[in-house]
Amino acid sequence: MSSALSIRGLTKTYGNGFQALHGIDLDVAEGDFFALLGPNGAGKSTTIGILSTLVTKSSGTVNVFGHDLDREPSQLKRCLGVVPQEFNFNQFEKVFDIVVTQAGYYGIPMRIAKERAEQYLTQLGLWDKRNSASRELSGGMKRRLMIARALIHQPRLLILDEPTAGVDIELRRSMWTFLTELNQQGISIILTTHYLEEAEQLCRNIGIIDHGRIVENTSMRKLLKKLHVETFLLDLKDSLTVLPNLPGYPVQLVDDHTLSVQVEKSLGISELFRQLAEQNIQVLSMRNKTNRLEELFVSLVEKNLAKVAV
Amino acid sequence: MKPEYLNSELQANWVALQTIVYREVRRFMRIWPQTLLPPAITMVLYFVIFGNLIGRQIGDMGGFTYMQYIVPGLIMMSVITNAYGNVVSSFFGSKFQRSVEELMVAPVSPHTILIGYVIGGVLRGLAVGFIVTLLSLFFTKLQVHHLGVTVLVVLLTATIFSLCGFINAVYARNFDDISIIPTFVLTPLTYLGGVFYSINLLPPFWQTVSLANPVLHMVNAFRYGILGVSDIRISIAIAFMLGATTVLYIACVRLLVSGRGMRQ
Repeated sequence: MSSALSIRGLTKTYGNGFQALHGIDLDVAEGDFFALLGPNGAGKSTTIGILSTLVTKSSGTVNVFGHDLDREPSQLKRCLGVVPQEFNFNQFEKVFDIVVTQAGYYGIPMRIAKERAEQYLTQLGLWDKRNSASRELSGGMKRRLMIARALIHQPRLLILDEPTAGVDIELRRSMWTFLTELNQQGISIILTTHYLEEAEQLCRNIGIIDHGRIVENTSMRKLLKKLHVETFLLDLKDSLTVLPNLPGYPVQLVDDHTLSVQVEKSLGISELFRQLAEQNIQVLSMRNKTNRLEELFVSLVEKNLAKVAV
Repeated sequence: MKPEYLNSELQANWVALQTIVYREVRRFMRIWPQTLLPPAITMVLYFVIFGNLIGRQIGDMGGFTYMQYIVPGLIMMSVITNAYGNVVSSFFGSKFQRSVEELMVAPVSPHTILIGYVIGGVLRGLAVGFIVTLLSLFFTKLQVHHLGVTVLVVLLTATIFSLCGFINAVYARNFDDISIIPTFVLTPLTYLGGVFYSINLLPPFWQTVSLANPVLHMVNAFRYGILGVSDIRISIAIAFMLGATTVLYIACVRLLVSGRGMRQ
C-alpha cells in the first residue's frame, strides 16, 4: 500500500530556542485512520503546522502522496485538508461564503464550489445555517464548519486536530460516523485527540508523540496487546465492609458497593468470577476503570518522561 | 490525479485571484457605513469650509478658483487614505482572526495573494475617489485635461498605498499598529503634499524639502491630469511612482514568502 504521509528526521526549533520536534519519523498508509496522540506540548500541533505549511520546519523531509513539501508545495497542499484546533475563519463572513471562498483559493470554479458547499454543509447539518454569520454558530457548529471547509477541495489526506474538543457526546458520535464514512470512501485521516476512547474507536494505527519524539508507532491492535493489566470496577449487589481475599487479583474497596480489581491478562477474568462466587459476592455489572488505551498512553508517556529526565 | 477543472497552476491562481478580489469587495461593500460614507462626509466638509468659505478669501491659485485647485488634491487624499486603509485593515484583520491561515494552507501563489489584496485596495480607493468626484461637481466644474495621466496616476497612487498598507499589516501586532502610520505619517504627508496649496508659495528651502514628499508628486501629477497645472515635472512624478510600485511590490512578495507574522 502506498504512503499517504511520510516524515523523516523532522525537527523544529522555534525562535526562542525551544526544540519542539527532535527528528521524528512517521508513516501513514493510504486509506489509514491514524491517531496521533500525545500530551499537551508534545509536538502534535507543531507537526500538523509543518504539514499545513503554517510552521516552517528546521530540517527533515515531509512527503504527502509522494509530493515533497520543499519541492512541490502546491501539489502537496492540494492533497491535504486541515481542520485546526482553533477556529480560524472570518467571524463576520457567512457560513456559505466561508466554504465557497476556500474552494476558490484551491482554484475550484464557483459553480462546482457552490455544489460542493451545499453537499458538505448538508452532510454536516449546517445547510440551514448557510446564511448565518459564522460568529453566530455554536461551538459544535463551528467545528463542523471547519470540517466542511477542509473537505471542499476533496483532499486525499484529512488532518483533524482535536475536532471534537468541547463537543457534546451526541454530536461527537455523529462526527465519528461521518469521519468513518469519509475514511471508508478512501480518504486517509490523521486524528489528534485527548479523548482516547475516540482514538480507540476510530483509528487502526497509532503514533504517540512525547517531548518531540515518537515513542510508539504501531497498529491499535498491537498496542492494546501490550496492555498486560486492566483495572475493572465491579458494582456489587450487597455491601462489603471487609476487603475480600482474591489470590492473584489486587483489590481495593472504592466504596461499600464497588470493588476495584486489577486483572492480569495471563490470569483472565473467569478465575476472578469463580473466586467471587465462592465467597458469595454477587456482581451486578462491571466496567473498565479507565479507557484501555488511556492506561497504555499514561504508562508510555511516564516511561518517556523518565528517559527525558535521565 | 488532477481534478478536470484544474488545467494549470495559472488557471487555479486566476480563480484564487478572483476569489480574493470578490471577497475584498464584498467586505468593504458590507461595511459601507465605515468604508464609503465617512470619506464622502469628510470631503463635503472640506469642500464647504475650505473651498467655499475660506477659498473665497484666498482667491485664485494657479489660474483656477481655490475650490477648483483643491478638488484634485482632495480626491487624491481620499484615494490614498482608503486604498491604504482597506488593505491594512483587511489583511491585519485576517491575521488577527487567523483566517489568513485559510490562504496560507491553500496552493495560492504569494503574487496572487498580494495582487488580490492590492486590487481590493485599489477598487476601494477608486470607489471613494469616484464618490468624492461626484460630490465635488456640486461645488465646482471639472474638466479632465489629460485622461491618460489622470487614470495612470490614480491607479499608481492607489497601488502604491495599497502596497504600503500591506507592509504595515504584515508588521502590525495589534490594532494600534495599524493606526500609527496613517495618523503620524500618512496624514502629515498628505496635508503637506500640496493638496491645499502650491509649493510655489513656499520659501525656496521648503520648496526643496517638499520635493522629498512622495505625496506631492502624486497630487501634482493628478492635478495636472485634471487641471493641466503642476508644481513638478510629470515625467519625474510618473517615473517615481513606477519605481516605488516596483520596489514595494518586491518587498511585499518577500514578506509573504518569508511568512513574517503569519508562519512560525
